[in-house]
Amino acid sequence: MSDFTKDVNEDDFDSMVINSDKPVLVDFWAEWCGPCKMLTPTIDAISEEYNDKSVIVKVNVDEAPAIATKYGIRSIPSLLFFNNGEVVEQKVGAVSKDELTAVLDKLIEG
Amino acid sequence: MYKVIIIGSGPAGLTSAIYAARANLNPLVFEGVQPGGQLTITTDVENYPGFPDGIMGPELMDKFREQAKAFGAKTLFENVDKVDFSSKPFKVYVGEKEYISESIIISTGASAKLLGLESEKKLMGFGVSACATCDGFFFKDKDILVVGGGDSAMEEATYLTKFASSVTIIHRRDEFRASKIMQDRALGNSKISVMWNSEIIEMHGDPNDGGLKNVDIRNLVSGEVHNHATDGVFMAIGHKPNSDLFKDQLDLNDAGYIITDNDSTKTSVEGVFAAGDIQDFTYRQAVTAAGSGCMAAIEVERFLEGH
Repeated sequence: MSDFTKDVNEDDFDSMVINSDKPVLVDFWAEWCGPCKMLTPTIDAISEEYNDKSVIVKVNVDEAPAIATKYGIRSIPSLLFFNNGEVVEQKVGAVSKDELTAVLDKLIEG
Repeated sequence: MYKVIIIGSGPAGLTSAIYAARANLNPLVFEGVQPGGQLTITTDVENYPGFPDGIMGPELMDKFREQAKAFGAKTLFENVDKVDFSSKPFKVYVGEKEYISESIIISTGASAKLLGLESEKKLMGFGVSACATCDGFFFKDKDILVVGGGDSAMEEATYLTKFASSVTIIHRRDEFRASKIMQDRALGNSKISVMWNSEIIEMHGDPNDGGLKNVDIRNLVSGEVHNHATDGVFMAIGHKPNSDLFKDQLDLNDAGYIITDNDSTKTSVEGVFAAGDIQDFTYRQAVTAAGSGCMAAIEVERFLEGH
């Protein structure tokens, strides 16, 4: 549904997220989730802006329920930040762009 | 400088944007943290006129937004952090960025009330939820609790039976205040049971280790406390107005609603208007919010003509 943010599934989650050498922001969403759709423009804007410094991806929980279960997702939108394959930060619900980029900036600076 | 800035993007805010845009006032709408407002976390809206087969809440709000934009309203996915109504023109801040306007329409609406427990805050999104339609999916074949006794509690409980194996409604009193049709729908569902005269006093679990595990429930008649294992708690105990931004700027009532003149959207500051759930503690419907949004835009137009 987005031109900017790639959807990942159970096949490419490891290569895109776990094995990434850059910080990764994963947006868990679904078609039936109103607040998730409202967050999409924010995620897309971050995707464009942070394109070269980090990896921004989406996981559709209907299509990849095993990933949602693995990370104990019980509410969407849920935003997980990964660094070196580990979850380092998690945000739930409607969050502002600044709140998300602040975490990314911190991870990018290392 | 803007002629009118609209803060909030539910039915009230977007209707005022449609009217203001059609009146060539070039409104700027700050959509806030929940663009589209409370309807975006509902499913079927069956009582909005013009949609005999019902319409999904998020879709209805997309149409509102589309209509406002078609007439030239500008919308920003930003959240207002601060306002200054002490002098004219009025000032609205997003972070450090300042926007100035001759008039303001406030339509920030209401959001779900919580119990106010520290453990509830910690477990929000990790088993505790205020949005059944967002989170029900994650509770397939689980045992869950719904807190509340009004229409929204009945609606959430009924909706959640699509996923959960059992839903227990926890209510402080020995009868529901929900409408008869909603009560009948919930109580007639074999997956739903009720724990009367009860309240949750503590929640246990670790967000980093599986989330919510169990809750302590007190019986308000006997005073007895028992522990109840559960996978999820859904809050449906009503709403509170989102008026924190305005408490030092405008007159609010004891419950935090912005006070407006009778049959008007005028607030205690001339040129600042309020529409929708932020000032309506009686009707709180999408259609009444839209109606008051229309009133606000017309009042803004008259206010600007007079200056």
